[in-house]
Order: sequence, then C-alpha cells, then structure tokens
Amino acid sequence: MNATMPPSVATASVEIEGVNLSYGANHVLKDVDLSIRPGEYFAFLGPSGCGKTTLLRLIAGFNEADTGRVLIGGRDISSLPPWKRDVGMVFQSYALWPHMSVRRNVAFGLEERRLPRAEIERRVSVALDLVGLGHLAERRPSQLSGGQQQRVAVARTIAVEPKVLLLDEPLSNLDAKMRVQVRRELRDLQQRLGLTTIFVTHDQEEANTICDRIAVMNDGVVQQVGTPMELYERPANLFVANFLGTANILAGKMAGSGPGRHFVIDGGIAIPVPAEISVPDGAKLVFRPQHAELREADAAPGDDLALPCIITHREFLGASVRYGVRIGASEAAVDVPFQSGKDLREIGAKATLALSPRSLRWLCG
Amino acid sequence: MTAVSTTPHRTRRLSATPGQIALALAIACFLLFFLVLPVATVLYVAFTEKGTGSFTLVNFYDFARTELFMRSLWNSFYVSAMSVVWASVLALPLAYLTTRFAFRGAALVQTLGFLPLIMPPFVGAVAMQLFFGRNGSINLLLDDWFGFKIGFMEGLNGVIFVQSVHYFPFILINLSAALRNIDRAMEEAAQNLGSSGLRLFRRIVFPLALPGYLAGASLVFVKVFDDLATPLLLNVKDMLAPQAYLRVTSIGIADPMGYVISVVLVVASVLAMWLSALALKGRDYATTQRGGGGLAKRRMTPWEAALGYGVVILILALVLAPHLGLLLLSFATVWSFSPLPDGFTTAHYLRVFGESSLYIKNTLIYASIAGGIDVVLGVAIAYLVLRTKLVGREWLDWAASAALAIPGVVLGIGYLRTYYGITLPDGTPLATLWITIVLALAIRRLPYALRACYAALQQISVSLEEAAENLGATKARTVRRIVVPLMAGGILAGFVTSFSTAAVELSATLMLVQSNSDAPLAYGLYVFMQSAAGRGPGAALGVVAVVLVALCTLLSHLIIERSQKAKGMGH
Repeated sequence: MNATMPPSVATASVEIEGVNLSYGANHVLKDVDLSIRPGEYFAFLGPSGCGKTTLLRLIAGFNEADTGRVLIGGRDISSLPPWKRDVGMVFQSYALWPHMSVRRNVAFGLEERRLPRAEIERRVSVALDLVGLGHLAERRPSQLSGGQQQRVAVARTIAVEPKVLLLDEPLSNLDAKMRVQVRRELRDLQQRLGLTTIFVTHDQEEANTICDRIAVMNDGVVQQVGTPMELYERPANLFVANFLGTANILAGKMAGSGPGRHFVIDGGIAIPVPAEISVPDGAKLVFRPQHAELREADAAPGDDLALPCIITHREFLGASVRYGVRIGASEAAVDVPFQSGKDLREIGAKATLALSPRSLRWLCG
Repeated sequence: MTAVSTTPHRTRRLSATPGQIALALAIACFLLFFLVLPVATVLYVAFTEKGTGSFTLVNFYDFARTELFMRSLWNSFYVSAMSVVWASVLALPLAYLTTRFAFRGAALVQTLGFLPLIMPPFVGAVAMQLFFGRNGSINLLLDDWFGFKIGFMEGLNGVIFVQSVHYFPFILINLSAALRNIDRAMEEAAQNLGSSGLRLFRRIVFPLALPGYLAGASLVFVKVFDDLATPLLLNVKDMLAPQAYLRVTSIGIADPMGYVISVVLVVASVLAMWLSALALKGRDYATTQRGGGGLAKRRMTPWEAALGYGVVILILALVLAPHLGLLLLSFATVWSFSPLPDGFTTAHYLRVFGESSLYIKNTLIYASIAGGIDVVLGVAIAYLVLRTKLVGREWLDWAASAALAIPGVVLGIGYLRTYYGITLPDGTPLATLWITIVLALAIRRLPYALRACYAALQQISVSLEEAAENLGATKARTVRRIVVPLMAGGILAGFVTSFSTAAVELSATLMLVQSNSDAPLAYGLYVFMQSAAGRGPGAALGVVAVVLVALCTLLSHLIIERSQKAKGMGH
C-alpha cells in the first residue's frame, strides 16, 4: 500500500474559440471551435498533416493563432507565454533532458516554481511512484527503455499539477505490445487524477479505446465531435465515415420527389429513400460492411432492401469472411460471420445484398 | 533435414581471410616505421644519457632548471589558453546568432567562418603585422586621430591574436552543430514546465551544447600549443615548439633538449585531448529525433538586429583581415609606415610563377601522394575495423588516430633522428630524401582522412554487401564493386582534406626540408617571409596557396553534393 497521495488536481475545461492559423499561404487551422469538459479524456484524431498537433501546440503556447482564443477554466490564456500557462505537455519524443537524472528531470518544473526543497522531493517521489518508477530515480534517461522513458515524461508533467494534460502521439514510439499496455495505464492515471487530458493520435483504435470524446480533424477543419460510438454510428460526412472503420460508399443520383423518391446507384439500381431522411445534393450512399447480409440470389427480401450483386473477392479473416461484391457499376464489402462447416460463397456467384433501411446514410464529402 | 553431416558441430569460422591479414600487416608495418618508430626514438633519446644509452631523468632535470625552457613552457600554456578564450569570444556570438535567430546572412556567416581554416595562421601572420602591428595601418590611424596605439601584436599578444582569429572556426563549427542538434522539444518541454529566458539557457541549452564547445576548445588549445611557424614568423622564440626546432637546427640532432621538449609537447597534447574526452564521456547529447528540428529560431527586434549585425560585421572584418592584408601585400611595391601600400605591381607574381614555380610543383606532388596514401590507408583501416573480425583491428585505428597527438615538429625530429643514420648505397641519408616529407605529411593527415572514410563506410548498409556476396561476388570483388563506389564521396572528402591541409603544412616540413629544390610551397613562403624584401613574393605565394586550397575545397563540396544527389541521399 502506498501511503502517499496522488497529486491533487483542479480540473479545468478547455475552450477553443474561432481559431485560425496560417503558415504563409498554408491555412493550417480553419475556424476551429471546441469545448472540452473538465476531467474529460479527449482526442484529436486525424491523418498526418490535418492540424491536430498544431492545435495541441497552440494550447501549450508554442504556436500563435492568427484569430481566436483559448480559454482554460474560463480564463483566456491566448496571450500568455508557454511558461505561464500551466498546461502540462508530454512530447512525442518525450524530450527528456539527457544531462539530468530521472529525478532531476521530474524536479525541474517544481524547481522553476521555486517550491521548498522538501516539497519538491515529496512531489517528485509521488509522481515517480505514480508511474511505478521510484526505483529508477537516479538513472539517466538513456539507461531506460522506451516505455520507461515515456512514463518519466508523464511523471515530469503531472508533478507540476497542471490544469490540463496534453499528450502528443504518446504511443507512437512504442512497440505494439507496449502500446496497448501504456494506453491503459494512461487511461487509469487520468481516471485517478480526474485530469482534463487531450490526446493527439492518428490511430483510430487508440482514440476509440480510451477516449471519452473525439474530435475528428482533416485539412485543418474539425469534421465532427462525439463519443466513439456516435462517430461510428452516425458519421457526419464521408471523411468521418471512412476514417473510423470501413465504409462502403456508393455514388449515385436522386430521382423523383416526395414519398416516391429513389436514390439510383451508378449502374442503374434504385433504392427507395425513407421520407424522414434528407439527402443533400451530391450525397453518396454509405453503409458499413457488418450491416449488410448476403443471401441467395432468389431470396425473398422481407423488410430489407435487396440488391442483386456478384461476388468478386473473398478474404477469410477468422471470425468473419469479407466478401467483395459488385452492385451494378459499384464495388462494396460485406462482412459475414464465419460458421464452421458451412461452405463459403464462390467467386463469380450471384447473390443478394440485404440491407436494413435504418443502416443507410447519405453523406457528402 | 535428410542430409546427415559427419563434420563436427563446432565448425570454427576463420576470423579473417589471408588477404585481410596481409593487408592488416602491411598497414601495421607502415604505421610502425613511419609513426611508432620515430616517436619511440624521440622518447628513447629524451630518457637516455647522451653517449651511453642508459636510462636517466637528468635531461628533464636540465629542462626544469633552465629558465628559458620553463618560461617557454609557461608561455605556450598561456598563449594556448588565451587563444581559446579569444577564439570563444569570436565564436560564441556567431554561433548563437546564427542558430537561435532568424538571421539574414546566417549562411554567409557560417561560410565566411570557415575561411580562416583554408589558410594556416603563419601565412597571415605577416599580413596581420602590417594591419595591426605597432606601425601597422590601424595603429597609424589611431595615432593620427586619437594619439595612442594598441599593442595587438606585441610579443605573445601577437601570437594569441593571430591564432585566435585563425582557429576560432573550430569552436564555431562544433558549437553551432551542438546547438543545432538540440531537439526543439528539449527547450519546449522546459518552457512548458515554467522555464524561460536566461534560466532556460543556463539549465537546458548551455549544458546540452557544452560537449560541442569543449570539443572545439580542446582542438584549438592543441593546435596552438603545437604550432611552430606562427611564433617563429612573429619573432617569438620563447615558446616550446620554436625552442624544440631551434635546439635541433642550431645545436644539432644529438642535443637531448630538443627531444625533452618534444616529450613535453606530446604530453601536453595527450593531456588536453584526454581531459576533453573525460569531460565528454557519456555526454553524447545529439538529441534531434524523428520530426524534431533544431531550436526554435526567434525574430529579432530592430535593436537586437542592429547590435547583432554590428557584432557580426566586426568579427567578419577581423576574419578577413589576414586575407585582405596578404592580397594587398602581394601586389604592393613598398608597404611600410603607411596604412596602405605606396604603389602596386604584379612583379611578385611574375617572380613566383617564374623562378619559384618549383615550390608549387613540389607541393602538388607531395600533397597528392600524401592524400593518396591517406585515403588508401583510411579505406583499408575503416574496412578492417567495421567489416571484419580480425583480432587486434582496433589497434590499427588507435595507432593511426594517435598521430593526432603528435605535433609536427616532434614527428620531424623523430624522422631526422631515426633515418639520418640509415643511408642509401651512395651515402645519401634516408632522412634527406623528399619522400620523407611526403610520408610525414601522410602520417600527420591520416587521422582526418580515416574519420572521413569511417563515416562513409558506416553509412553503407551491410545488407548491400551481403546482397553482392549472395549473388556470387567474393569479399575482394564486393569491396571493389560495391563498397568503394558507394564510399566515393567520403573518400574524395578525405583526399581533399588531406591534400589541402598537407599543401600548407609547415611544422614537420620545416625540420625535413634539406635543399631548396625539394621544398614545398609552405617552406618557400616561410623563407620569403623572413626578409623584408621577400615579403612581396612571399605574399604572392601565400595567395597562390590560399587559392589552391580554396579551389580544392570548393571542388570537393561540389562533387560530394552531386554524388549525394545522384544517390538520392540529399534533399
């Protein structure tokens, strides 16, 4: 049992309002508005170059916005230099100073705050114990493994008891096994401290597994904010649908109007569009491979939509089989649970693709 | 497995092929005869009684008792230490400004900063005297306008001044590289934890850049401590290297004092290098990582910019002074007691290209052969160390690198003593042959060429060689067809470094040149500069040397850049 208490944390909200940032002609962040709740584990998720790290560094004060402001706990910190912001950042490279021992690294921020020596020592021990590295305090960073270095970086940051914790791709320098372990540890630590945490990643699995909410970013624009389930079930646009999980995207055109509206998939197959759904101009039909079923070519449709298709590919994935099918002129993927003893469908065979109308969305790019 | 092998399981693989062993032995012989033996001879003579050959410390006792030698020892330490101080004063602002600020002309500063390195300090010494001496341009003007003079060039100050202006680039290059290698996140992490300004510099930036600074500073110290020609040309005789030279040339190669001084020189060099290595141990702080650039560059306020440019222009003017002075001198009719020459002429160049062209020809021959020897040895040693398991291969590397710690004057004395007694059938001593000069140059420059070859070989992935062997090429053919072509850029860089520094090397040469017809350019320059009348042609010869070295350096840069682009390594 550890007698020391974890650092006390005053959790704070983070507000980002109307932020724009350009490097010359390169518009890196475009009208970013985000509201992160106190104690939330929040992810910036997107492909490389989407502006997620730029936004994180903006919160830490290493980038300056052209317009807009950043509020922490309701206080505007936009004009403060990095060393007065009280937001802790864990760098992608960990940025441990090689000329200092682990203990000196962790003590650094406390020394800069001119705390009494005894208090510094106490808080360094607490922080190191919290990440389970108390026994390695006298080592140099170069003598530690990647995972240990990462924990020192975290300890160094939480030792100063920041209002917000920023993690810049914290798992990217670890091997696959360590990644799973460390991401759980980070989540546990965050839960224990109740610390508002922002996590930058390009890996949807990392974001999905540990974060409360995710802001999906692309091309400097926040595409959608929501819980992992919301983003998966109700993507706001084609980018989000495609970036989180696999999506079938079929191009086509709307035909008719009123209750008899149809969406005609390129190649001629028409699908009735439920009345309550509005389909914007240029929208495409989107559904997930798991939400479709494959039936015999002459099966009765029932309540579901039935689209005639031809099997073109087959991949055995273990728990399921992924079939590639051609519907008219479009391609789609269908995941079918694997049942042992049952024959797989042959390539070239005809089948019916069955879809529940509720699983269909029409989204723009 | 169906095939059953009857051979024992413990199949010992040979540690090396016969060819590799022969190569290693050949290199070892070369180093033994032209580095180890001469240096050992110097040590032997210093520690033995004259005539009898029995061990004694009496020579060192004599050294310590002689007031001139102790003063020379102290002067050498003082001049070297002060040169490091002043070189730091010149290098620090340039390194800081060009790496920490968005500084217009940073590339120009870094390029001009290299300029002194293409000209050894003794070449510019006389020109510096004309600018900064008691009756030089600056003091004449100061006297005219304000009625006082500054003793820039008085005695030891002159040596310190000339040496620091010439050697500060070593500190500039190492310190700039160290500053640039600091990952930006190192600084940002400190800012994020509440540090800024001077505290941030003192606690993070300075400690991380310290190894680079120390590396440069120790190099400057050793170079100045060993330099022979600059004090001699400035007429400073009470320093160690000039004393060693004067003892051996004026009293003779039998006098033990020259050897004792040589031992002191070697010990001082080794000590300085050992101390810097000790200080650097375990501090390889190259922290740049994937995606991390150097430190953040800040824009300067107008005031900072004015101050910054002022400092840079002042330093660059100082750096260019010897070159400018040399150029003026080479075209001057008479230049004495006046800020600028009285008139201009091309007669000196005519003389240099006429009767003195022998110097240039000798230099080209000597430096080419020395450079050639260096790259052949460099490639061979690098290959043996990095690619074979030959027992004792590191010894070759250590021996070749040990040449760094042997001052030129010591090597020269060693050659004289070792090979003067050995004669050709017709009675010519080996030490008087011109090839001796070439061998001394090759040994002196070998460590630099070796490092270049090492770096080049380290960049080549072993799998490229394994692929060749897998496709049927023998070790020797793999080296010829894969390794050497891939190393071409590094080999060339090594050759040019050796060639261009050998072309202006003087300290060993000064001991070994026996007749004017065998003399290289640097020696001719030194002889010319001794007399007032010879300064014009001497300066012209100096300009030729500088142009030669500069052209070589430029050429190698171009070729290396092109070969890197061709290999897709550049950007």
